[in-house]
Amino acid sequence: MNSLIFPETLNAYVGLSAVLFAIGFLGVLVRRNTLVIYMCLELMLVASTLAFVAFSRFNGTMDGNVFVFFILTVAAAEVAVGLAIIVALFRLRQTVQVDRLDALKH
Amino acid sequence: MGQFLFIFFACFTVFCAAGVVICKNTVNAAMCLLLCLVGVAALFVRLDTFLLAFLLLMVYAGAVVALFLFIVMLLDVRGLQAPQASRTLTLAPRVAAVALIGAGIVSFALKGRLAAPAASAVPAVGASLKLYAYLLFTTYLLPVEMLGFLLLIAMLGVIVLSKRDGEHSGYGG
Repeated sequence: MNSLIFPETLNAYVGLSAVLFAIGFLGVLVRRNTLVIYMCLELMLVASTLAFVAFSRFNGTMDGNVFVFFILTVAAAEVAVGLAIIVALFRLRQTVQVDRLDALKH
Repeated sequence: MGQFLFIFFACFTVFCAAGVVICKNTVNAAMCLLLCLVGVAALFVRLDTFLLAFLLLMVYAGAVVALFLFIVMLLDVRGLQAPQASRTLTLAPRVAAVALIGAGIVSFALKGRLAAPAASAVPAVGASLKLYAYLLFTTYLLPVEMLGFLLLIAMLGVIVLSKRDGEHSGYGG
């Protein structure tokens, strides 16, 4: 069963979670739209939950699984507040592009 | 079969995650995020944590992505989107991205050997609902209560943020 190129081990799950996190981080770096940056932040959070669950599963413990609960809750609260801030910002500046939201620079 | 499912959902998740970054249209990016979350939920099922897979679908794919789509439609960003989204990349993000990806690949290739037994040798404790309830109401009782307050504060904060202090509060809330 483990003879395939990508066996289903803890290594594979942690690697996959690292790849997801890297993609999310890349998105935060390269994208200019605040909403897409926010989605990429969510992607990073989900990647970390995948690592938590994988470590929990392969070690036979529950703490990582319970921690995912907290991450989910915090992410939901964060999305609500962040999107409210984005909407307020859009009302003020009529844009959501980060390179135009440069009031603190001047 | 299980091996095939794992590889399929891993590739599916990574492709959809890349779609979030690549898609120019914000609605398409949100849809890619939705598919990516479905893939992660399937991986959670592979890891025998059925409750967390269900919660991920409910909270993330249900509520969070719907909220994102709602805001995207509300702001109607499509017309205002800058056409040169990726062309104006400066040098610093490129160098940082390439360096980070390179460091990740190198470190994973050199040190990425986690000693763990096979999944069949470890009991799937994440599959039982009773353990979640027991831990949440004994060991993690204080964090759970703090999360309740956090959600309350977030709700109040959103109400305050979205309320216009002008004369007509048209579409706030």
